[in-house]
Amino acid sequence: MGMTIAEKILARASSRASVRPDEIVVANVDLAMSHENADLVRKSFLEIGVPRVWDPSKIVIIFDHRIPAESEKTATTHKAVREFVAAQGITNFYDVGRGGICHQVLAERGHVKPGMVVVGTDSHTTTHGAFGAFATGIGATEMAGVWAEGALWFKVPSTIRIEVTGEFRPWISAKDLILHIIGRLGAAGADYRAVEFDGSAIRSMTAASRMVLANLSMEMGAKAAFTPVPEIGPDPAAVYERVLHIDAGRDIAEPQIACPHSVDNVKPLSAVGELPVHQAVLGSCTNGRVEDFEIAARIVAGREVHPRTRLIVIPASQQVYREAMRLGYLETLMAAGAIINPPGCGPCVGVHQGILAAGEVCVSSTNRNFIGRMGSKDSSVYLASPAVVAASAIAGRLAHPEALEPVHA
Amino acid sequence: MPEAKLVLRGCVRAVLPENIDTDIIYPGRYLNITDREKTAEHLFELAYPGIRAELQPGEFIVAAANFGCGSSREQAASALKYAGVGAVLAASFARIFYRNAINLGLPAVVSPVAFKLCAPGDELEVDLTGGRVRNVTQGREFASAPLDPRAIELLQAGGLIPYLKRKYATAQGARP
Repeated sequence: MGMTIAEKILARASSRASVRPDEIVVANVDLAMSHENADLVRKSFLEIGVPRVWDPSKIVIIFDHRIPAESEKTATTHKAVREFVAAQGITNFYDVGRGGICHQVLAERGHVKPGMVVVGTDSHTTTHGAFGAFATGIGATEMAGVWAEGALWFKVPSTIRIEVTGEFRPWISAKDLILHIIGRLGAAGADYRAVEFDGSAIRSMTAASRMVLANLSMEMGAKAAFTPVPEIGPDPAAVYERVLHIDAGRDIAEPQIACPHSVDNVKPLSAVGELPVHQAVLGSCTNGRVEDFEIAARIVAGREVHPRTRLIVIPASQQVYREAMRLGYLETLMAAGAIINPPGCGPCVGVHQGILAAGEVCVSSTNRNFIGRMGSKDSSVYLASPAVVAASAIAGRLAHPEALEPVHA
Repeated sequence: MPEAKLVLRGCVRAVLPENIDTDIIYPGRYLNITDREKTAEHLFELAYPGIRAELQPGEFIVAAANFGCGSSREQAASALKYAGVGAVLAASFARIFYRNAINLGLPAVVSPVAFKLCAPGDELEVDLTGGRVRNVTQGREFASAPLDPRAIELLQAGGLIPYLKRKYATAQGARP
């Protein structure tokens, strides 16, 4: 019987010739990633009573949720993790100023290889399926078990295949595609399942755009998500639970917006209506990469951020920051009135660097719009593409780039 | 180690809608709290503060589909457990939350109908292995998914960490 990508990887990692959906396998872990919650993992690991982690070279720790430390409490947990990392000989450690958002750093530093089993104590670990890895989020206690044993049990997921053909319309991006899909399938539409993306529209995408698809597949519950890589693909006779066909040009006529307070509450931009915007956020593991800043810079060039709006820009990593600086995108964004935050998760987790007051509306290129996600429980977050975030910052209301006044030289 | 009870008795504290995400259960601003007991102080803080205020030990949270969706934050499960929640009964659970709950020793019971057949204050008897829930107050019984033997083993050990601790203590630190 033919296997999907998820089945192939789990079969190899559990030393079986083949596996089928719903089978339980114990798979060897190739890479185990944590951010600040490594402190929780550390505590659980020490309770187990095993003196050394199974393989320090397979553990990667990247601070991103609260960098630089926003409080003494966080500084204390950072310190505890630094000491643990040194004691255990974990050399893949990206401290403040050395990395950025964990998923971006893991990818750009080449830690992820096709066919790997990657676990991370962050739900958006699915991002690494863009590089052909079976990558999934787990909790801190479970990670402590991985640090001790180097293996984890999985129920083999069934796979949903999503084939995307056609040409994207102007200003429509990977973000609009995945929001459209989440809107169709629902917040639990891929729960416990793997997702395989393929088709001409996917194959012509940049790596950064493929990461958007794998990253946000989490928001429909996916256990893992894959975009095509040369090294590993499904068997021709692979069996899918469901196959979805999308024509990018026909099915996505305009930018997609995930309205409060659920990522599957997706509407085309024109259906959202008049919406004044107080804050626009461009960043996160979803959309904080160079191509996102390129499109935003193109939109804001020669324009000014609306007086009622704050534009917060957060490069996903040090590397992205330097590249966007070198290419002049940050200069253009700042000239328009944007503030540039240090690389990291920023306000997306509701901790610091752009928290919303009651009654405020934010349009954001991030990944979640849950109640109180970015601050007050009475604030609202609308998720959108980088292009719509940039255009909305200029217009001071939710806006399509084409709706902006022309720039006068 | 006291063996975990396999038949739980208690009252329903709240019946919640679908897609209760982990930010609702435990806000992101408190993720730097890594003492599990202290996470309980912020349970449902933004959206349903009354639940935490009125919760009695052993009470149940009942919900519709996709309970615990969103972030992998384990504090969502630990806040429920250390606030004293006896079990969560939901039509379905997001996968990371489900694993976190069992790993921390918090029973997570899949019951497609519980949210329709229970009201706050109802007394329930939940049979974790038998896959039955009895609503004592309303005098009716309905099905739930029996917990997997692997999950029962972890619950009875008090969670994954005590389970592994015991395993390595008996194996004198030997790895598998």
